[in-house]
Amino acid sequence: MNGIHDMGGMDGFGPVEREENEPVFHHRWEGRVYALTRAVKRWGVGRNWPGFRFVLENIPPADYLRMSYYERWFHMMVSRLAGSGLVSGTELETGRSDPDAPKPGLLPPHDTGSLGFGLLDREVPARFRPNDTVRALNLHAFGHTRQPRYVRGRVGTVVEDFGVYALQDSDEGGTQPCDRPQHVYSVRFEARELWGERAAAGDAVYVDLWEEYLEAV
Amino acid sequence: MDDYEHNDGHDHHDHGHGGHHHHHDHDHQDVPADIALRVKALESVLVEKGMVDPAELDEIVDRFENRVGPRNGARVVARAWVDPEYRERLLADGSGAIGELGYLGGQGEHMKVVANTDRVHNVIVCTLCSCYPWPTLGLPPSWYKSSAYRARAVIEPREVLREFGLDVPGDVEVRVWDSTAEIRYLVLPERPPGTEELTEEELAELVTRDSMIGVATVPAPPSPGGGS
Repeated sequence: MNGIHDMGGMDGFGPVEREENEPVFHHRWEGRVYALTRAVKRWGVGRNWPGFRFVLENIPPADYLRMSYYERWFHMMVSRLAGSGLVSGTELETGRSDPDAPKPGLLPPHDTGSLGFGLLDREVPARFRPNDTVRALNLHAFGHTRQPRYVRGRVGTVVEDFGVYALQDSDEGGTQPCDRPQHVYSVRFEARELWGERAAAGDAVYVDLWEEYLEAV
Repeated sequence: MDDYEHNDGHDHHDHGHGGHHHHHDHDHQDVPADIALRVKALESVLVEKGMVDPAELDEIVDRFENRVGPRNGARVVARAWVDPEYRERLLADGSGAIGELGYLGGQGEHMKVVANTDRVHNVIVCTLCSCYPWPTLGLPPSWYKSSAYRARAVIEPREVLREFGLDVPGDVEVRVWDSTAEIRYLVLPERPPGTEELTEEELAELVTRDSMIGVATVPAPPSPGGGS
């Protein structure tokens, strides 16, 4: 989706602010959010949870910018848990579980043909090879996508074939079928192809793109 | 970041499937205002329901606060500096060579290592999210996740690097790697001069997190004589 998260090339954010000797977590609650996010994921199995990044990307832009990193994660987690009925608004307000609510149970995964995440050990023909010239398609999906908007319509060169991965794009409800295995390529875009005269000649941006984001030129 | 939960090295089949559309609800506005209290309330509820074990949460926090971090990546870099064959393997097959040292895992299973030279300077970003090689570098610093870095690193990397104190000469090519898919990146910085006598362990001590993201170079060690 054309969301606020797709930030590459935007102006106006000011300098990059750094902190010396930064702790891993600035507050105890940040570490708890991080750990909870990992620990609750098994409760999403079989419960139709929308994709992690899809939920974050759908936070309205003004809220997204106002919220801290782990606040977004907390929002995402609560949204999924409440959305699938695992916790109620009253429980979140009081911090006490409802004694009348049935104890939730883990569910078996849906058999959907998902190939999941990660490099796949399967033979899929590759449409492109290193040194091929390609153009990133002008796609404007409503769901989660890994094609950043700054490459759309831009021409680049394939430099490496990373092998076969399931496409991670979601539908507009956040479901990631992960059922389209295809090659992922490292594509080199000359910086001036992307940013015109503002970029230095000879500099480049390398973007990892699934095959169906690309067309031959 | 959805990789973050899919990619813990466990099940690979827990993707959402179905029609729940919660993306515009604001559950967080229905709970107490202070974020620390809200998180505590959520944890209490989940523990009471038997959905999470506080000891498991403690273990995860401890792992990322104390056991995973850029020292792992520094050992990879130091090995590449002292062992030319390792360096060659590292650049040809990042996952394989990093796996030799035991630093693969969630958010770092598929690794590509890019080498800085006197002709090329590499820098890593994730414009869409905050993808970062956890097993070699730990969790990313706040600036890496910031809007300013994500927005600017691709369009004006030289200005961003200058803010970090790194002025890349005009005749050195800047390559920005946007971690948009499932490959995670590590920069192999140049070995500083004056380190010929150092051991692999001493070299690893010199390597900084920022140099492996590509926003810094590795500084030469202070000369033993104290003079310069």
